[in-house]
Amino acid sequence: MIKVENLDITFGGGAQRVHAVRDVSFTVASGESFGLVGESGSGKSTVLRAIAGLTPGWRGTMTVAGQTLSQRRDRAFHKQLQMVFQDPYGSLHPRHTVNDILKEPLVIHRMDDGERRILRALDEVGLGPAYRFRYPHQLSGGQRQRIAIARALILDPKIVLLDEPTSALDVSVQAEILNLLSRLAREHDLTYIMVSHDLAIVAHLCSRIAVMNRGAFIEEMSDEQLRTGTPEHGYTRQLLVASKGYDRAAIDQFVEFD
Amino acid sequence: MDKPLLNVENLSVSFDTPKGVVEAVRGISFQVGQERLGIVGESGSGKSQTGRAILGLTPGRVEADRIEFDGINLHKAPARTIRAIRGRRISMIMQDPRYSLNPVMTVGWQIAEAYRVHTNATKREAKQHALDMLTTVRIREPEKVYGLYPHQVSGGMGQRIMIAMMLIPGPDLIIADEPTSALDVTVQLQVLAILDDMVRDRGMGLIFISHDLHLVSSFCDRILVMYGGQIMEVLEAGALDQAEHPYTKGLLNCLPDIDRQQGTLPVLRRDDAWMNRKGGAGGDVP
Repeated sequence: MIKVENLDITFGGGAQRVHAVRDVSFTVASGESFGLVGESGSGKSTVLRAIAGLTPGWRGTMTVAGQTLSQRRDRAFHKQLQMVFQDPYGSLHPRHTVNDILKEPLVIHRMDDGERRILRALDEVGLGPAYRFRYPHQLSGGQRQRIAIARALILDPKIVLLDEPTSALDVSVQAEILNLLSRLAREHDLTYIMVSHDLAIVAHLCSRIAVMNRGAFIEEMSDEQLRTGTPEHGYTRQLLVASKGYDRAAIDQFVEFD
Repeated sequence: MDKPLLNVENLSVSFDTPKGVVEAVRGISFQVGQERLGIVGESGSGKSQTGRAILGLTPGRVEADRIEFDGINLHKAPARTIRAIRGRRISMIMQDPRYSLNPVMTVGWQIAEAYRVHTNATKREAKQHALDMLTTVRIREPEKVYGLYPHQVSGGMGQRIMIAMMLIPGPDLIIADEPTSALDVTVQLQVLAILDDMVRDRGMGLIFISHDLHLVSSFCDRILVMYGGQIMEVLEAGALDQAEHPYTKGLLNCLPDIDRQQGTLPVLRRDDAWMNRKGGAGGDVP
């Protein structure tokens, strides 16, 4: 479904030059959930944004659903690939009602039957028609993220890119959103690429996981390998130890990876 | 526990809003000794307001039978007394160093200032103390870092600088409000290790406020679980599996577990009955 080969992205020039993504290649099959894990600055979000067409100036080859991508994307591309962002407080227009927010993609893609699609999208993310004319400030964080997911799904995309979709939410709300995402993937046969810094969340939702550090892929493994604690690379093992909580002795063993 | 450092009895914090009174903290009582006490809760549970109320740093209305620190009732004490204690004997580490450091002064100057305000030290002595402190929080090349501005340091280093600044007057009690939530996991643990060592070596008390139940239980000696401005449960560290309150259990269950495959995560069911426990002011809030 998605094939990325030798993706390379740099920002700026001269002394300010940042090599954000270094020669990254991976494939994601149709209906699969693929996870990208790494610490801040590892380039995981940049990879996602490059696929979505939000990062100009990338080098390499990217193919989505059989089509080789150029720097510019047409409307048909965006109809099959949508994105959910990290911060539901920042990604919804504060002066637009839920109805306006959900209607906008329909207008852009000239889709008819808006009324029915909006109500169905609200229903699918577990919010009733009562939420249709509310403003974002009248919603909780979890409800806002549901609206952001509804906005992504209203075009019936095949692929959804998830950029830390639960990191701004409380853990109890996070569980609800993760359950919603799993259910939607099943019902709509969606392909996900999820970016997160949390190994447990990625292992929960994704069947294949790539670990990134300083712009490059360190290793790729199945959720089973991560779960049984058998990653090969020291960096992944260190992340795994760190995600299990505070252990004074283990912390002294931490090293920097380049 | 020997004589507690801090004794809080029946603390409430409320806010007047156009929609009526919001009770952020509802009559909670607890004690802190020379230990690491964790306060855990979700957003809106009142955990941060509890930490701020101790130092009189909340704009809300604070009511308490007593907030006693070393024989002084902080709740009734005059502002002068509080000023002598705040920063000097009880200090607070905030969440994000980018917002709590002064952007137009070098970090070294800010650390030295924290020392000079609370002692009669000269500039030179203060600088020497600040440099020593930077070494203590394991910053390489303290001389170089001393002259940097906050935007020139990373998040992890910024938080170590905050810790250095808060510890330099030698406080007896530290209140840390989500001190590492903005950091990557490995950096987070390294910063906590520094805090941990200092608390242990100097015999200080630490109140560690966080939303991360697993982190707190692996780091602290004792945990207060808060919900809706009340204490739901007090747990010994490492005894999370013996948690009895349905809220604590619900919080634990809804976290994805890296060790096993779960199809659907259990979702926390909230119960209105949790809101009317002992000391609760009653059902006057919607």
